[in-house]
Amino acid sequence: MDVNKNSYTFSFAAIMVVVVAALLSIAAIALKPFQSKNVLLEKKQNILSSVGINIDREDADVQYPLYVKQELVLNANGEIVDGIAFDVDLQKELKKDKNLQLLPLFISEVDEKKQYIIPLRGKGLWGPIWGFIALEDDLNKVFGAVFDHKGETPGLGAEINRPFFEDPFAGKTIFEDGELISIKVIKGGAPKGDMHGVDGISGGTITSDGVSDMLYERLSMYLPYFSKVKSEMDNDLNISKTDTLLTLNDIIIK
Amino acid sequence: MSKNSFLSKKNKMLLSDPLDDNNPITVQVLGICSALAITVQLKPAVVMALSVLVVLSVANVVVSLMRKMIPSRIRIIVFLVVIATLVILVDQVLKAFVYDVSKELSVFVGLIITNCIICGRLEAFAMANPPGKAFLDGLGNSFGYGIILIIVAFFRELLGAGTLFGYPVLEKLGVYDLGYENNGMMILPPMALVTVGVLIWWQRARNEKLIENE
Repeated sequence: MDVNKNSYTFSFAAIMVVVVAALLSIAAIALKPFQSKNVLLEKKQNILSSVGINIDREDADVQYPLYVKQELVLNANGEIVDGIAFDVDLQKELKKDKNLQLLPLFISEVDEKKQYIIPLRGKGLWGPIWGFIALEDDLNKVFGAVFDHKGETPGLGAEINRPFFEDPFAGKTIFEDGELISIKVIKGGAPKGDMHGVDGISGGTITSDGVSDMLYERLSMYLPYFSKVKSEMDNDLNISKTDTLLTLNDIIIK
Repeated sequence: MSKNSFLSKKNKMLLSDPLDDNNPITVQVLGICSALAITVQLKPAVVMALSVLVVLSVANVVVSLMRKMIPSRIRIIVFLVVIATLVILVDQVLKAFVYDVSKELSVFVGLIITNCIICGRLEAFAMANPPGKAFLDGLGNSFGYGIILIIVAFFRELLGAGTLFGYPVLEKLGVYDLGYENNGMMILPPMALVTVGVLIWWQRARNEKLIENE
C-alpha cells in the first residue's frame, strides 16, 4: 500500500483523530469521579487548614463537620440568601456583576471561639490563585490563611502555599480606624510591626501582588455583612449592658 | 528476539550513550526550556524526569509500531498527537490517583508536549527502528535528560534556598552561622542556564570525544 497517497494520508489522519478522541473521552469519564473527590476533599482540607486544623486529605470528610458549624451564602448587600456555600463556584461568581455575586462564608468553631472563613480567588502570574482567610470573631484580626494556585512557577510564585508564607498572616489586622486596608504582600519584606503587611517572595512578585489584590477585592465584598455583624454585636453588648443595669435597679429597689 | 540479543552491546549503547557522549541536554542542547523552568527544586525535577521517562518510552514504542503506516508528510503531526495524548493521559491519571504529585507538577506536565527531546527521538529513532530498540532508546534518553535535570536542581536548590527536597540541609549543618547566605540568583532562570553551561564545560573538558576538531 502506498502510504504517501493523498487519500491514505487523509484517512489515516481521520482515523487517528477518532481513535485518540475516543481514548481520551473514555479516560476522562472513567477518572472523573476520582478527580472530583480529590478536589472536594482538598477544599475541605484547605478550609480546615485556614483555622489551623491540619489533617490528611483522607480524614477531611470526617473532621470537617466537627469544626465548621455554619455555611452561609450572602448577597452583595450582606444578606443571607438560600444556597449551599460549599457548592458556590467562585470562578463563576467572579465573572458576574459585583452586585449579583453570591458570597460563600464558613463559620467555624475552634477552641470555643468563632472564626469567619472567607474563600478567596484571584489571578496569579500564570493562572488562578485561591485560598481561604479566617478572621477572628472581631472580624478584624486574621486567625489564619491558606493559599493555593493552579500553575505558578515552582520555587517562586508557587511558594504561596507554603507555611512560611501563610503563617505570618495570622495576627495581622485588616481594618485601620474602621477602614479596610486588607493585607499587603510587600516586595523586599514588610517592616517590623506592620499590622497590614507580610513578606513577599523573592522572584514571585507578580504572584505576591496577585495575593494582595485578591485579598483586598474579596474582603471588600464582605464589608456590608461585616458591618451588619458588628452592629449586631454592638446591640448585644448594649442589651447585656442594659440587662445589668436593670438587674442592678431591681436589687436597689428591693 | 532472545534475551541475549536484547541486551547486546549495541543495545546497551542505546541506554548508556545518552547519559554522556550523546546527552540530549548538554550535547544536543535540546529540552533546555524545561531544564530552566523546573530545576529550582529537586522534587519537581525528579517528578518531571519520571513523567518524561513514561511519555518518551511509550511514545517511542507506539510510533515505532506504526512507523510503516505513518504517511511521511504528516508524521510530525502524528508525533504531536501521540505525545499529546500520552501527556493528557498521564496528567489525568496523576490527578485521579496521586493528586499531590499532579499539583506539584502543575503546568509542567502539559509542557512535556513541547519538549523537543521527545519529538527529536521519535523522528530520529523510532521512525527507523523496531519497538524493542525504540523502547531502550526512550529509556536511555530520558535518563540522560533526567540526570542533568537532577544535577542542576540539586545545585540550584542547595545554593539558592539552602534545602534539598525541602529539607534545610545548610541550616542543619550550621553553615549560616559561619556567615553564609543563600544566593538568591540561583533560583532565577538565568542561573539554570549558567549551571547547564558549567556542566557542558566540565563534560567537554573531561570527555575527549566531545572535543571538536579545528
